[in-house]
Amino acid sequence: MQATHPSSAPGGRPRLAATSRRLGERAIIGTLALAAGISVLVTVGIVIALLVPSIEFFAEISPAEFFGTATWAPLFEPPAFGVIPLIVGTLSTTLWACLICLPLGLGTAIYLSEYARPRVRQTVKPILEVLAGIPTVVLGYFALTVLTPTLRTLGWEVEIFNAFSAGVIIGVLLLPTVASLSEDAMTAVPRSLREGSFGLGANRFQVSTRVVVPAAISGIIASFVLAVSRAIGETTIVLLAAGQLARTSFWPGDSVMTMTAFIAGTGSGDVPTGSIEYKTIFAVGLTLFVITLILNIISIRLVRRFREVYE
Amino acid sequence: MDPTPSTAADSTAMESSRDRTPLGALGVAERTQADATPVEERDVVFDCQQVGVRYSGTRALRDVDLKIHSNAVTALIGPSGCGKSTFLRCLNRMNDLIPGAAVDGQIFYHGEELYQPQVDAIEVRKRIGMVFQKPNPFPKSIYDNIAFGPRVLGMKKDLDERIEQTLRRAALWDEVKDRLKEGALGLSGGQQQRLCIARALAVEPDVILMDEPCSALDPISTSAIEDLMLSLTNDYTVVIVTHNMQQAARVADMTAFFSVDQGETGTRCGVLIEVDRTERIFTNPAHERTEAYVTGRFG
Repeated sequence: MQATHPSSAPGGRPRLAATSRRLGERAIIGTLALAAGISVLVTVGIVIALLVPSIEFFAEISPAEFFGTATWAPLFEPPAFGVIPLIVGTLSTTLWACLICLPLGLGTAIYLSEYARPRVRQTVKPILEVLAGIPTVVLGYFALTVLTPTLRTLGWEVEIFNAFSAGVIIGVLLLPTVASLSEDAMTAVPRSLREGSFGLGANRFQVSTRVVVPAAISGIIASFVLAVSRAIGETTIVLLAAGQLARTSFWPGDSVMTMTAFIAGTGSGDVPTGSIEYKTIFAVGLTLFVITLILNIISIRLVRRFREVYE
Repeated sequence: MDPTPSTAADSTAMESSRDRTPLGALGVAERTQADATPVEERDVVFDCQQVGVRYSGTRALRDVDLKIHSNAVTALIGPSGCGKSTFLRCLNRMNDLIPGAAVDGQIFYHGEELYQPQVDAIEVRKRIGMVFQKPNPFPKSIYDNIAFGPRVLGMKKDLDERIEQTLRRAALWDEVKDRLKEGALGLSGGQQQRLCIARALAVEPDVILMDEPCSALDPISTSAIEDLMLSLTNDYTVVIVTHNMQQAARVADMTAFFSVDQGETGTRCGVLIEVDRTERIFTNPAHERTEAYVTGRFG
């Protein structure tokens, strides 16, 4: 046996041992793992960078005061650290943004995926993508100098800085994201499902809403989640158009300060490192992060429960 | 792939398929009434005159003259690319959904021209149901799959009862009655296809079109669906596209043979060669090309 089928080449190496060419493959695997590892490390690093000053902050200001009171004046004397007005301000602009971008984005996606002729789709999609490429600072000034004056001309006495204008323009900013991602999800639904429902005498609207949208719901919800997270985190537009007045008001015409506007506005001022004002920035940042995280977790749960998996 | 059916063996196969009646066990009446009148003398459901199809200007099918009779199975057979599926999709205006598809000629459905402007394709498809090559259940529960058609058409009365009857009709009830709320994609391929047939039956159509309904299935599931097709002719007119000649021989009363004409510029276009009673197509076809195909000399 050993004589006719030697299991080893001279020198004791098994014949089927990997040759040196596999080194390249190892290097590739290593590089890819490193790439994945870096993004995880960066995330962990950010969380730690947020946590450390925040913990120091909460050592001085009790969480009960931070989350339980509704006066926000950390830079005044005497300071007040009730974050509720900032959360309300954020929710307010986010609400108007979502009211614009979710229904319009989904409607656009249904139109492009189910109704539009190929030529219309090929024209509309690039235009939408241009809209997504407008710098947010331009959109912020558009809200402040065009939309708000227009609202006033139309007879609605909004404040110069107001949640509504900022929210609407954030919605416009995010509309292409929602439309494009949802449309991708709907286009991926197999044609056989559409034909199956058309074959039963369903009309185009019924096919869209009862078959295509449910089958694409995980992609659609994913686009919504992304939009909501970005609306919460949007900074430039709210800083320019929603104002710097921290107050607990859901009225769309009122000026509000969002969490991001506080962070950006205060961070660009002269706050000494290590001071309580400095730590406040991180505490608010951590709050923002946790809110976004909770929203993401909830929506992933929702998607798991409601999605219809097609083959 | 298809072995040459010898004349004698083939006709016995057909006899036995007629005799195979698991239908009685399912409470389905046997094919007595429908068998009484010869197929050619039954009502004409589709009268197709000079039907042709072009896809973005390229002709895929031309000059089909064909009558399809009620309460019978009509099989469309022929080699790949002969336009048999294309033709089937003309019968419920499914080709409307393909951009660039254009149908010419005339198709009279119970005397009414399907392609005249006043006709609504959705109304057509309510009456002419379709089952596809690959089972395509919706990613919903078994119940919701069957309920889809009745719901979109507003037939919501006694929905539970309708669903039970439909599933019984498709010989699927006993297998799924305890898991109606479970996902349809958990069913086997054969069960999924019977579910799709049941889904089509739930809206009480007049005609069922089947586009190679067994091509993705194993022999046992295929046999179950063939039995189902035979039982359906009591109440429905069935048109089936198949690439399997034995299947046509087993289930069809009438068989139409399509083939491909090679144009002088190398273009290929489907044509109808002949249509006749199934036994005549397989034993004594009128055309040389049909004979060449059914005896396996031409693929």
